Order: sequence, then structure tokens, then C-alpha cells
Amino acid sequence: MPIKIMYSKKVMEHFQKPHNYGRMKNPDGVGCVGNPQCGDVMKLYIKVWKNKKGEEIIKDILFETFGCAAAISTSSVVTDLAKGKTLKEALKIDNKKIVESLGGLPLIKIHCSVLGADALKKAIQGYQSKKKDDK
Amino acid sequence: MKHVYFDYAATTPVDSRVKKAMLPYFSEKFGNTMSLHSFGQEAKLVLEKSRETVADLIRAKPEEIIFTGSATESNNLALKGIAFANQNKGHTRLHRYASPHRYASPQQIQRFWRAKRCGQVIISPIEHPCIIETAKWLQKQGFQITKLKVDKYGMVNPLALEKEIRKDTILVSVIHASNEIGTIQPIEKIGKICRNKGVYFHTDAVQSFGKIPIDVNKMNIDLLTASSHKMYGPKGAACLYIREGVRIEPILHGGGQERGLRSSTVNIPAIVGFAKACEICKKEMGKEAQRLIKLRDKLIRNVLKIKGSYLNGHPQKRLPNNANFRFDFIEGESIILRLDLLGIAVSTGSACSSIKLEPSSVLLATGLKPAEAHGSLRISLGRWTTEKEIDYLIKVLPGIINQLRKISPFKVIKSA
Repeated sequence: MPIKIMYSKKVMEHFQKPHNYGRMKNPDGVGCVGNPQCGDVMKLYIKVWKNKKGEEIIKDILFETFGCAAAISTSSVVTDLAKGKTLKEALKIDNKKIVESLGGLPLIKIHCSVLGADALKKAIQGYQSKKKDDK
Repeated sequence: MKHVYFDYAATTPVDSRVKKAMLPYFSEKFGNTMSLHSFGQEAKLVLEKSRETVADLIRAKPEEIIFTGSATESNNLALKGIAFANQNKGHTRLHRYASPHRYASPQQIQRFWRAKRCGQVIISPIEHPCIIETAKWLQKQGFQITKLKVDKYGMVNPLALEKEIRKDTILVSVIHASNEIGTIQPIEKIGKICRNKGVYFHTDAVQSFGKIPIDVNKMNIDLLTASSHKMYGPKGAACLYIREGVRIEPILHGGGQERGLRSSTVNIPAIVGFAKACEICKKEMGKEAQRLIKLRDKLIRNVLKIKGSYLNGHPQKRLPNNANFRFDFIEGESIILRLDLLGIAVSTGSACSSIKLEPSSVLLATGLKPAEAHGSLRISLGRWTTEKEIDYLIKVLPGIINQLRKISPFKVIKSA
């Protein structure tokens, strides 16, 4: 299928100008999913602060992705969805929400949205287990 | 630059001279070649004239060419046709005349013939899917399929092939030049081995036909597939060359067209176009190959300046118009899409761009790991490729690769 018709406008926007990409120095949590053999690797870095109410929020989030346009745009939109949210809210972000925010993904690319949701969960879990170890 | 086409290996535009030659055969000279009246006979005449022209390009006799609708059809016909015409090769005399017992059920009869059938077909691992899938189907029908190994350039070793040939080997099929990585196989050596061993040799010459010289007699080729739309002719016409004396079982039965080997009303306009395309290629082949090699090599030289970039396929023994690269740490579909947004059309062997989500089996066969196969880019040039277009690609590609690498988690590049 021709690529432009395959992908929505939102996917193309995120693909051309991805939000929040790069490597974070001293992240509080890292979530890495996928593997190079399959052609998709997503890494999410999060920085967690406490807001005025004392809730833990994702202050900053960056991504690094090896993969197709669907993978890159998924990672980009996940950072938009998660930034500024409390950890509890961020854990509720599932692949359906990601696909919705992208205006849809072709069936064959839905697995990229699942990877995106998993990466976020893993990053948060990584932070939480690190916190436990520190204690 | 708005539209730059670098995917000639996928398909080519119809040359205006070809289009002009085809036009009378749609609405004026539209007869059916099987009709006895003058409309039909006019069509029959032009069919035979076209056959001569196509045969001439590979130095075959006109009667050795049959026209089909596509290279996929020709490849199916070659493999299935030869396999079923020789399905008892290697049997002992006793076994050959055995038949199912009188009260056998339909399933028992089917199982009997399947078990009785024998014969080996040898193919390379870098064949086009229509050969690979046909071979898989033949395997289900009881034939044995052997896949050769290739080296890191995708090259078949003729001596290794010789060792695989057995008493029951019916056919060897090796693609002349790879549609993906451009490597040109040692067809003449392979053909000689097959001829000495009494085994049929088929080659898929879709990418090489019209681009580099082919002589079916010198190269000991028994069957050859070629396609019109890869060499500036229309889609819908292809051919199968079958050496005189080689028998095949047809797939299509019916009116008996093409010596009974491919029943169907012959697609005269497309065949006329195919023949005209052959005529043009024959005249311009030498000069065009030289021109393309210069452009291709300029492209390869400049792209390989990018860190972490490699050429797939043989560096010298490759098609004049094919350049296939891989880039560390990034994925092929992203590269294609970025280039497409800049008006440049190319192709990739990455999993993300295939329907099956698997990386190119051709690249894997050359020893690449799946992760390496994902970052591949195929650039194929053609008749209307200009140096300006090559320069444009050379200018924009490094920026795209760098941008995608910035987003990638794998950033460390080993310096050369």
C-alpha cells in the first residue's frame, strides 16, 4: 500500500517532526521494549518529580526508537500523552489510547502501539523498583 | 525536485515509442489470432513477428518463445511444467508401471500417486517469491526441493550445485540477476554443469533481460523467464523460453494457443509493446548499460561515504542499474518514507515494509542478521534517470540517515 495513504496525517506529523526524542542523562526510569531482530526497539526515559500535591508526576520524558514510521510516531505520541501526568494516570495509557491519538494505525502496525504502551509501563515500573531499592 | 523515481526494479514506465507501436492494436487491428478471417490472420501475423523480435534478444528461435501474462505465470509454468512432465525421474522400472489397486478409495489413489511421484528440484535461496512459493507447492505434491547456499554476495557456487545433483534431479532454477541485491550469477558455468548432468536448467531473467546480453545457447539455458514491464514495455506480457525438444505440462488448458502450452486469447497489444521494447533494448543496450554503470557507481561511491553504510550484493558482478545499501542502527521503511516526502521513490528489504513482517529472505540468505537486513535500501536506476537526480539523492540521503540515527537508541558507530 502507498505509504502516505497507509498512514494518517497525525502519524505523518509525528514521523516528520517527532516530539521529545533523545537520550536522557540520569533518568529516573527506563523502559526498553522490542528487539532489533523484529525491527522495532523503543526506549523511553522518564524523570519523576513530586508536584505541589505531593503526587509523583512525569516531569520529563524522552524516547529513542529504531523502527518504522508507526514505531517512531507511536513513541512520539506516548511522550505527549505521558508528560505531566501522574504515574497512576500514565499507567492507564494503553495501546487503544495511543492509536486513537494517532488517528488510527494500519492493522499490520497495531503491534507498534502495544510496544509503546509497554515501554511506558516498563519505564514507570523501573522507577518504582529503583525507589524500593533505594529505600 | 518533485518526482524522482528510483524503483525501476519494481516496474518501469512504458516508453513512448512502445506506446505508439501498441495503439493500432486496441481498436483498429483487434482481431483474435485464432480467427480464420482476415482480422484474425492480421493479428496472427503480428503475433509471429513479435515472437521473432523477442526471441532475437536472447538468440533463441521464434518457436521456442511462448507468451504468458506475467513473469510469475512463466515461472510457475516452468517449474510446474517441467516437474509434472518428468515426475517419474529416478524411479526403478518396476515402480514406474505400478498403479493403485482396484478397490482403492480416492484418498488412497491420491496418496499413491503422491508417493509414486519423485524428482528433485534445486533452487537458489535468493529466488523471487514466485519461484520459492511454487517450489513449496511442488514439495507438497511430493517433489523434493533442495535450496542451495549463497555466499555473502548472494553468489551461487557452481561446484556446490554440482554436488547436489542426483539421479532424480529434474530441474535447477537459478535467478540470473537478483532483483534485490543485483548480483549476477555465473549462469554459463551453471548451465554447462546442468547440461553435462542431463538436468534441465531454468533461469529467471526478469531483471537482466534487455539490460545485459543473454545467449541461451552459449549459456546452456533450457528455460528462461522474461517480463515486459521491467524493460519499458506494458504490464500484462511476459514470455517463457523453452528450448526445442524440452517437454512441459501446461497449466492452462483450453483453446490450444501457444502450441497448446498456454491456452488463452493472446494479448496482442501488450505483446506488440513487449516486442517493441525488446527491439529498443537490443539497439540501446550497450550504451545504456555504460551510462547506468557510471551513474550507479557515482551513487555507490558517495553513499558509502556515510558512516555505517554498506553495499549489499557483489561490488562488480551486479546489474548496471542496481544499488542496494544497508545502514546501521536505522530501519528501512523510515528511510523510504522520508525520501518519499522529498519526492524520491525507492524500495527496501525491511520487515516493516513487507506484508509478512519478516525481513527480506534474500538478505538473510547472504548471511545478514535480521537487525542488519532491516536497515536496507534498494535504489534501481533506469532509462530516464539523470545525473541531476543522482546528485539530489546524494545530497539529501546523509541528512535523513543522520536524523533517523538521532532518534535511534543505537548510536555508537564504529569508525572504519
